[in-house]
Amino acid sequence: MAPEKIVLRFGAEKADKPLIYRLVKDYDLIINIIKASINPHKEGTMVVELTGERSREGIEFLRSQGITVHPLTQEIARNDERCTRCGACTVHCPTSALYMERPSMDVKFNSDECIVCLSCVKVCPVKAMEVRI
Amino acid sequence: MSVERTYKEINARIKAGKAVVLTVEEVIDRVREKGLARTAREVDVVTTGTFSPMCSSGVFLNFGHTRPRIRISKAWLNGVPAYAGIAAVDAFLGATELPEGDPANSDYPGEFRYGGGHVIEDLVARRPVRLKAISYGTDCYPRREVETNITLDEINEAILFNPRNCYQNYNCAVNLSDRTIYTYMGILKPRLENAHYSTAGQLSPLLKDPGFKTIGIGTRIFLGGGTGYVVWNGTQHFPGALKDENGRELCGAGGTLAVLGDLKQMEARWLVGTSFRGYGATLTVGVGVPIPILNEEVLEYAAKPDEELYAPVVDYSDCYPNARPGNLGIVSYAQLKSGQIRVMGKDVPAAPLSSYSRAREIASILKTWIEKGDFLLGEPSQLLPGPEARLCGKFLNVK
Ligand code: SF4
Ligand code: SF4
Repeated sequence: MAPEKIVLRFGAEKADKPLIYRLVKDYDLIINIIKASINPHKEGTMVVELTGERSREGIEFLRSQGITVHPLTQEIARNDERCTRCGACTVHCPTSALYMERPSMDVKFNSDECIVCLSCVKVCPVKAMEVRI
Repeated sequence: MSVERTYKEINARIKAGKAVVLTVEEVIDRVREKGLARTAREVDVVTTGTFSPMCSSGVFLNFGHTRPRIRISKAWLNGVPAYAGIAAVDAFLGATELPEGDPANSDYPGEFRYGGGHVIEDLVARRPVRLKAISYGTDCYPRREVETNITLDEINEAILFNPRNCYQNYNCAVNLSDRTIYTYMGILKPRLENAHYSTAGQLSPLLKDPGFKTIGIGTRIFLGGGTGYVVWNGTQHFPGALKDENGRELCGAGGTLAVLGDLKQMEARWLVGTSFRGYGATLTVGVGVPIPILNEEVLEYAAKPDEELYAPVVDYSDCYPNARPGNLGIVSYAQLKSGQIRVMGKDVPAAPLSSYSRAREIASILKTWIEKGDFLLGEPSQLLPGPEARLCGKFLNVK
């Protein structure tokens, strides 16, 4: 069975629950954590790959725990022409995929670190961050 | 002997290709290395730059006459209303104007996908813009409506006129409340989770001439990629000094410029349609001002580094909207640029809205223009009021 890539988002009160353990133990899933981050508000985002017969049930379980789950089908790209390198996005990006290089003050985008949280899409004043499906 | 230079002498050196022009970043290094007096003797001009969202930007357009003629009462450009109460086929379009019927903040926080600033960008990028206009019709202007595409090169005039640009200094905005707020300073997360600031610090033009000793009516500038002019003080020009808690003067604050230039010379790289979620639309504008090094004192201010320039930290959840005075302390641009400041005992991540790297590019383009002899300094016919004029803002009393 092909692994399923999903993005999980959870609030502060969920950050310390052993959810992954339950997925493995109760639903017999193989889990590959691709990315995980907790922002300063203690909200977490995780990109995981699930493999196993009972992945649907596992996802339902996560949802029942109040976690937002959606498939990772989107990709974020920066329109380099349009980006003014202002840096406004850098404090909103939970993984530092968008970061300020110092001392040049150039803004860099490392798409490998992006977890498609879409914060930059909302924050960027010139709409330089684009969602690609 | 201390040096004294005139605009005439500097311009003669520019024409002869002999002027020594440095950007702010270069002159800061030079002063560190050689000292103020020697640098003042060697350097003729210092170039500054800033690239930031600037409301109070707009464009005067003359569309040319239709056949038969029309006396436009109301006009829309790509659906964005322009003010047509000027003359028959003239209009003014403001950067913060929204398309008619825009949901604005009714679905809070609104997206503000398009506005006057975006129309200006479309024009300057030479993209066709839909003009719609209506009229009541007169004997000399019988036509009652027109709808067509215009492009920047097809219309008679397009004059960028920004009544209040280039703020000398600006607040560093934070949010003390428990909810996210959406401001013209960007999205501010609750409980001091982030801070946004918006000048280029040491590169920023008016921080480099806090006494307005060189900038005045007729100062020639880099504006949106073309040549522009300072035509007046900006609205809300209340120059003064930012002070620390002991009343010590730290650096300039409160000055603004009214600037004007030919939009047809400009480029979309330097005039970018901008919007802030939950707030509205505006225009990001590139401005660069040359500072003639008339004497050592002028250089002393022009060469101030980020470590000696400061911004006040202001709460945008309560203090700012309710127009209460006071701030949460002062931070230097060096601290701001490090990406972290300390406010009320807490480390707060800080990010700019103003592009430092583009500001640097503007300062170096302006330097190249001057070095090549293409850009002479404009001697002001009148300097702008400085701090000694003691101008200060009025509140609108609601009677
Ligand atoms: S906020 Fe937008 S324009 Fe500014 S650096 Fe980030 S992506 Fe670029
Ligand atoms: S979507 Fe944007 S803000 Fe979110 S992780 Fe990717 S780059 Fe960062």
